[in-house]
Amino acid sequence: MADFTSSLYNMRLMDELACKDTFVHKLHPLIKILTTIAYLFVVVSYDRHEIIGLLPMLFYPVVVFFLAELPIKQVLARLLLIEPFIIAIGILNPFFDSQVIIVGGFAISRGWITFASILLKSLFTITAALILICTTGMDKLAAGLRMLKVPRLFVLQLLLTYRYISVLIEEVSRSIRAYKLRAPQQKGIHPSVWGTLVGQLLLRTIDRAERVYQAMFVRGFTGEYYTGADTWVTLRDVAYFGGWLSFFILARMVNIPLMIGLLISGVIS
Amino acid sequence: MSHHKLETKTINYVYPDGNKAVKDISFTIHHGESVGIVGANGAGKSTLLMLLMGVLFPSSGEVLVGDIHVTKKTLPLIRQRLGMVFQDPDDQLFMSTVYDDVAFGPRNYRYDEKEVESRVFQALEMVGILHLKDRPPFKLSGGEKRAAAIASVLSMQPDVLIMDEPTASLDPRSRRRVINLLNCFEHTKIITSHDLDMILDISRRVIVIKDGEIAADGESAEILADAELLDQCGLEVPISLQRCPKCGERFLTGRS
Repeated sequence: MADFTSSLYNMRLMDELACKDTFVHKLHPLIKILTTIAYLFVVVSYDRHEIIGLLPMLFYPVVVFFLAELPIKQVLARLLLIEPFIIAIGILNPFFDSQVIIVGGFAISRGWITFASILLKSLFTITAALILICTTGMDKLAAGLRMLKVPRLFVLQLLLTYRYISVLIEEVSRSIRAYKLRAPQQKGIHPSVWGTLVGQLLLRTIDRAERVYQAMFVRGFTGEYYTGADTWVTLRDVAYFGGWLSFFILARMVNIPLMIGLLISGVIS
Repeated sequence: MSHHKLETKTINYVYPDGNKAVKDISFTIHHGESVGIVGANGAGKSTLLMLLMGVLFPSSGEVLVGDIHVTKKTLPLIRQRLGMVFQDPDDQLFMSTVYDDVAFGPRNYRYDEKEVESRVFQALEMVGILHLKDRPPFKLSGGEKRAAAIASVLSMQPDVLIMDEPTASLDPRSRRRVINLLNCFEHTKIITSHDLDMILDISRRVIVIKDGEIAADGESAEILADAELLDQCGLEVPISLQRCPKCGERFLTGRS
């Protein structure tokens, strides 16, 4: 139960962070979405054996973390939640792709390189997504998505899911508590009741969805979701996007670490 | 002010499973009146509210708001006049801040953002929670949630307030605050509840519903003191009208 309740509070950390008032927070949501999308595309576009060239991409999250004054530890803790899945996806690579290559005098299987590349890419992309949410907030994000002409149904679904996930978590934890109180000797929940438990939750969720819809409906909801005055993209926003975009392109075209390495070794020799 | 009148003419409602939830109900509620609708669980109170709001449509009979029939076509107009506060504020507070929630209705009616803001501030001030405007609803206490839910309806500036169990699951002080709040509104009020003491405090008129039919309709002080009638309808005389077990006096006397 502690897990459920704590995850509820953890989830709201992002809301609280989104209320800050830094340079990054003040940027137009549309710009932040576009920058994130550009970043994701560039990171994913790297070859699967590329690691060194990928490293300059670390620059973006580091800079934004700093500018937006985000608590690194707490945000990265969320990253750890997803990491097991990534490891599960990549862990077989070293076994399947066992061709040996020499890196810095060590012979290792090429699979390890691709595994590291997957790990890095996932780390970068998920961090970018987290940064986007932590600096924008769900409502503005939704408004930005609408400006990008994402269908309103998807946007609405995103928003309502976000709002009601806490209610659902509370309902689940209540059900589990009720179960545990009447089955003190059991560890966890017996598989025989999984079905009914989930079924009950589904029915309750449908009931609630119906009521929420009625509440929206009686206040004049017709399907479009208005979040207030649309703000305009300013020159500062464009400069932010332009700056990052050119950096991403530069980093993608030129292997910066290699260049720096050559430069240094050139200076030394 | 006939346009604030709310009228039902022999309405019936049958659920798809054949359950007759509302049977031949007729009443007229005039401008400024505060009416309590009481009845046991499953008596048909909530269905009746849904019929008034046009969430459901009667199987037969008609609902009139002012002189307008409640039909699919007139709904946008009707909804602006009738504000409904749901029993569970969590159902009603679906936005991420209190401000956005209260602004939800006015924005749907496409008022410009200045007008929306003034309505939101006014509504929040009326219920006394202006300081909570930037808080996410899930962080509010039960009483604050209720106040926010009421504000989210007030921002539409309705003529009629319809409330489903406004004091359910509130602690005594929050309950009292809601009662005082409702008492200072000049709107026409329709309130369903099992909290008969609250009904006695707020409404001069009460409609008792039993098995989907009107069992009584009249002065609250009279009807709510009728132990036999209330007992038949699965209700009980409110505590403030009961006799003190020690001295035999009524707790509350001199109420008109």
